[in-house]
Amino acid sequence: MNEQDNHIVTTKTFAAVWIALLMLTAITVSVAKMHLGAFSAFTAIAIASAKAGLVLWYFMHLKYEKRLLKFLLLVPILTLAVIIGLTFVDVWYR
Amino acid sequence: METNFYNTPGKHKGILAWVLSTDHKRIGLLYLSCMTAFFLTGMTLGLLMRLELIAPGRTLMAASTYNALFTLHGVIMIFLFIIPGIPAALGNFMLPLQIGAQDVSFPRLNLMSWWFYIIGAAVAITSLFTGGGAPDTGWTFYVPYSIRTGTNVSLAVFGVFLMGISSTLTGLNFVTTIHRLRAPGMSWFRMPLFVWSIYATGWVQLLATPVIAITLLMLMAERFFGIGFFDPAKGGDPILFEHLFWIYSHPAVYIMILPAMGAVSEIIPVFARRTIFGYKAIAFSSLGIALFGYLVWGHHMFTSGMSDEARMIFSLLTFLVAVPSGIKVFNWVASLYKGSIRLDTPFLYIMAFIFLFSIGGLTGLVQGALATNVHVHGTYFIVAHFHYVMFGGTVFAFIAALHYWFPKMSGRMYHEGRARIAALALFIGFNTLYFPMFVLGWQGMPRRYYDYLPHYQPLHVVSTVGSWILATGILLMLYNLFRSLRTGEKAGDNPWGGTTLEWKTSSPPPVENFEKIPEVTTGPYHYQ
Repeated sequence: MNEQDNHIVTTKTFAAVWIALLMLTAITVSVAKMHLGAFSAFTAIAIASAKAGLVLWYFMHLKYEKRLLKFLLLVPILTLAVIIGLTFVDVWYR
Repeated sequence: METNFYNTPGKHKGILAWVLSTDHKRIGLLYLSCMTAFFLTGMTLGLLMRLELIAPGRTLMAASTYNALFTLHGVIMIFLFIIPGIPAALGNFMLPLQIGAQDVSFPRLNLMSWWFYIIGAAVAITSLFTGGGAPDTGWTFYVPYSIRTGTNVSLAVFGVFLMGISSTLTGLNFVTTIHRLRAPGMSWFRMPLFVWSIYATGWVQLLATPVIAITLLMLMAERFFGIGFFDPAKGGDPILFEHLFWIYSHPAVYIMILPAMGAVSEIIPVFARRTIFGYKAIAFSSLGIALFGYLVWGHHMFTSGMSDEARMIFSLLTFLVAVPSGIKVFNWVASLYKGSIRLDTPFLYIMAFIFLFSIGGLTGLVQGALATNVHVHGTYFIVAHFHYVMFGGTVFAFIAALHYWFPKMSGRMYHEGRARIAALALFIGFNTLYFPMFVLGWQGMPRRYYDYLPHYQPLHVVSTVGSWILATGILLMLYNLFRSLRTGEKAGDNPWGGTTLEWKTSSPPPVENFEKIPEVTTGPYHYQ
């Protein structure tokens, strides 16, 4: 990680990401009104992950990081995914 | 006089030279002294509980006092003593020495961790005397009772939250240190096994502790604002709390036991005078335990109303986590084969560890099986099981490591005769105290009960007598160590003939640990 590296990201990219985030929020709200039953939580988590991913990738410059850092970020994400998955084995089948 | 980190003047004097020091050795000793004080407090509470239980009905205290006592005993022993435990005290002192570093990666962060710990402890202790009085929920803070009780749960939980920050930062610090500061030539497979275990523990601390932080914040939000995370009437789920709580608290069990296993792997080769059997198997089984440890939390909740599918999966995973633990036990025993064994005090404690931990581990499988779990859930069987693992396992290894590294930390040797008598008293007292609990639990004595039917009394009396023997042993052991700080013989740099790097520097070590950073050319346990 070199702080001297300045990555020029165009305003267009930022705007596109921003609009994508807004749209995903809109989807979350509208999906909440449909009663998807067991899948409601799954959709909410999927959309939230997509949004967090966009923020990390573009706004927090993960795109320009070394592969090791990207890999390390995967460790807690995978841990969480497995933990949430196991919890849902309980919730879904209860 | 030789210069060491005790007599080298620093920036501050007196007590400030300790509480503001960024030297990992001083921070380790700070943790050690605080933890000893908390341990003695927790032990006194335990003695009082046992005394209350010597006869049915009211003996010493009111039922509500008893509820507060077992909560405090649990909170103090778990969060103030055994979770910081070996990593924060002995790990802090020994980790940089063992990898040939001058300090940890982030010495200031290390000091901050201690401050978080001690402030968290102070907040938790304040909660006893303020607000609605000492919490009475048990150390697990289960909802809905922890939301409804008028006792001071919020403040106690906040204290635990602060200590969680301390634990996370310590984990981060150790993982970074092991990655970045190993001496030249020390490849991953030349690291001492204690370092491997601290490494695995560090990852668990780093990845699991934030979950308890979130859980406790949710509990506080619930108490103050009644949001309804755990309230079915508002669309919440009380079992969610148990899930979240155990997602941390089960891996926390491995935060406690992994460093203890590391200490065992360290002591066995030195006292058997031969290299450890199955170095890589032990190293990887630490990682295996850390990994599987995340996936078994549901076994605390088999009778909570989880789905059957979840119960079966968690039961299976629980059986799997026993495999790496078994690998370790077999490797330790195999390491003794054809060894030239020295029966000094650290080794006596290690033998006790293997025996008691095996009982604790195997009775864990009794509870991991769904059918027997329903029978023993919430009984004294559980109490006996986790005391065998936590006390018979972790604390015995802690005491062993304390004796083993005592000459390195203090420069003096403890009195061997007294230490052996204490070890014997501990072993006898421990089994007299906790073994009857297996029988009581099997007969149906529920845990956390203030009163019991008269036919349980004989075993309760045996158990209470055991608590006196055990406490005597502990006091003798501590007295011996404290006295030897002043009167013990000079130990020399390497009294045990250890081969790891901490024995290659003087006792006590100088501020910068080594005159010259050592170069590593062989594995850690190289005996001719």
